[in-house]
Amino acid sequence: MLKVTDLHAEINGKEILKGINLEVRPGEVHAIMGPNGSGKSTLSMVLAGNPAYTVTGGTAEFYGKDLLAMPPEVRSHEGVFLGFQYPVEIPGVSMMNFMRAAVNARRKYFGEPPMGAADFLKLMRDKRAVVELDTKLASRSVNEGFSGGEKKRNEIFQMAVLEPRLSILDETDSGLDIDALRIVAEGVNKLKTADNATIVITHYQRLLDYIKPDVVHILYKGRIVKTAGPELALELEERGYDWIKKELGEE
Amino acid sequence: MENSLRQYIDLYRANGEDLDSRSAPVINALRRDACRRLEEMTLPAAGTENYEVTDLPGILGHDYGLNVRRVPLAVDPAESFRCGVPRMSTALFMLVNDRFGRIGDSESVLPVGVEVCGLADMARRCPERVADYYGRLADMANPIVALSTLLAQDGVWIRIPAGVKVERPVQLVEILGGADNLMAVRRVVIVAEPGSEVRILVCDHTLPSARDMMALQTIEIYAAENSRVELYDLEESSEGTHRLSSLWLRQEKDSHVTLNGLTIYNGVTRNEYHTVFAAPGSTLHLSGMGIADRERVIDTYSHVDHQYGHCSTEELFKFSVDDKARCAFTGMVKVAHGAEKTEASQTNRNLIGSHEARMHSKPQLEIYNDDVRCSHGSATGRLDEMQLFYMRTRGLDESEARLLLKQAFMADVIDKVAIPGLRERLIYMVERRFAGESAGCHDCNSECPGLRG
Repeated sequence: MLKVTDLHAEINGKEILKGINLEVRPGEVHAIMGPNGSGKSTLSMVLAGNPAYTVTGGTAEFYGKDLLAMPPEVRSHEGVFLGFQYPVEIPGVSMMNFMRAAVNARRKYFGEPPMGAADFLKLMRDKRAVVELDTKLASRSVNEGFSGGEKKRNEIFQMAVLEPRLSILDETDSGLDIDALRIVAEGVNKLKTADNATIVITHYQRLLDYIKPDVVHILYKGRIVKTAGPELALELEERGYDWIKKELGEE
Repeated sequence: MENSLRQYIDLYRANGEDLDSRSAPVINALRRDACRRLEEMTLPAAGTENYEVTDLPGILGHDYGLNVRRVPLAVDPAESFRCGVPRMSTALFMLVNDRFGRIGDSESVLPVGVEVCGLADMARRCPERVADYYGRLADMANPIVALSTLLAQDGVWIRIPAGVKVERPVQLVEILGGADNLMAVRRVVIVAEPGSEVRILVCDHTLPSARDMMALQTIEIYAAENSRVELYDLEESSEGTHRLSSLWLRQEKDSHVTLNGLTIYNGVTRNEYHTVFAAPGSTLHLSGMGIADRERVIDTYSHVDHQYGHCSTEELFKFSVDDKARCAFTGMVKVAHGAEKTEASQTNRNLIGSHEARMHSKPQLEIYNDDVRCSHGSATGRLDEMQLFYMRTRGLDESEARLLLKQAFMADVIDKVAIPGLRERLIYMVERRFAGESAGCHDCNSECPGLRG
């Protein structure tokens, strides 16, 4: 599905990613962990195509296509979804209009006519149920005045609507209390199939109690320095990131 | 005196009899004073204080002609033109250049006693009534006022008698047309007597065939005690149109006024709002928006005078400036000594879409009293990159994301529109405008190159 090879990227002339290698197959859940400033969010931004970041080397293929050559909207159509660490507020654009535009943009990409009003409303209703999103939020502006938990739930709601093949969830657990965390994690698990994959980016092991990863990577200073099974997350929880630094010969 | 004013004074001197004979004594009575003022006047140059993007000497220096003999247009605009705000349940009237016209039985849907008619007509029938208001509020030191007083022959008179609440909005479709290089001079007087209520929608258009047109207008609004007046002034003209508009408002005790100026399509526009609270207890909502691209110019000037306490003003103007367009917002809120418990907020927000677009913003407060709550703010910037990226990750392409964000930017100005159906129509018109299409075209029989974005 996704094959990242020796990916280098920078922002404002500062190199953040220094040679990322990563392969994700359908049905897999990957966790990318790492201390603050290791490049976790940058990796998610680069994979989603944020134009503020410049790729300076390496490749990323998505189902054999050159992901890095696609504008963000085409990546979305092709099935890449980014759940933002800080979902963006868009005053004046209602959630409903936003999702209608998103759904119909994808349909247009695949040569389909816009979705009818009744079908769209049903889609919204069904998908809201996945994350128990309040109906009232749909009539509000995108993320405006949403609580931290509502914003994250809204991300998973959008993920449910767009049915991506690869979801990259950036610090989806940050700012969530335990109930919200459970709802968000359950939403992610409900959407999991044998054909899609998820990359969970997280600082803490906490989220991984709810979303079971198949593979855990440790990102440190712009490189993936360790890859193992779920037990790696537990080890990190126990020993902290200093252990990795020591292993790498740093203090 | 300015050279650019000379031609108008000459025109007045040469055609004074024609001007007078086709107008009314109340209107004619002020010409001499206007002439004297203009002879002493120096027009402010472009880029000077309060005239950041309006080149008055340049605009008025253009060789405009006036239809002094008031020859009717060869074509009937009412036949060939449809306003972009159709099918609303309004009492519809027309103003073709400065000539007032009724459409069907629009008066019959208004309550008895409400007057919506030609200004000169009313000034001939009831000279005392009109003389109490015409030219009484607009300051002759203002060049637009002085020139329109010198040359005006007609316009519109609206009076709502005391206690009458007009349910149906009054819609006035203004059309500029006829020969090229024509100047139409319009005077509008709106009198809302004590306890009355009225909502007025003005739709300002230029006939597609017309080039280098000038609309010179002065509007005087009297909001008496306990009255409610809403005025929405919507310009959808053409790139060949110059519009110099000066609005004067006087609010008596406990009156509530909404003014909303919306410039969707234009050429060169200057809109002035001069308002005064002449008694306590009143509110003013003053807002507007402008969409300018290509080489269009939109200049907005407002002067809100809190002479008495316990009044509140909420002012909001927003502009979207693209290509080589230039816009300006100059706003002054003045709180006089003794105007305690004044509440005033003044906000100007602007969106810049290109390196060559220019926005001048000058929000000002002058406060001569303690115990007031006043704020002002101005912000000019580009669309937020993170918002654009967020939308693109959900599948919207860049142009669609930009379109939605620009529409969203104008949403709070449009939200201030209270006429049923008009708000929805404006959302549609703004969407079409940003998408580069005119919303009015579907409803109009005319071929209209000027309206295309």
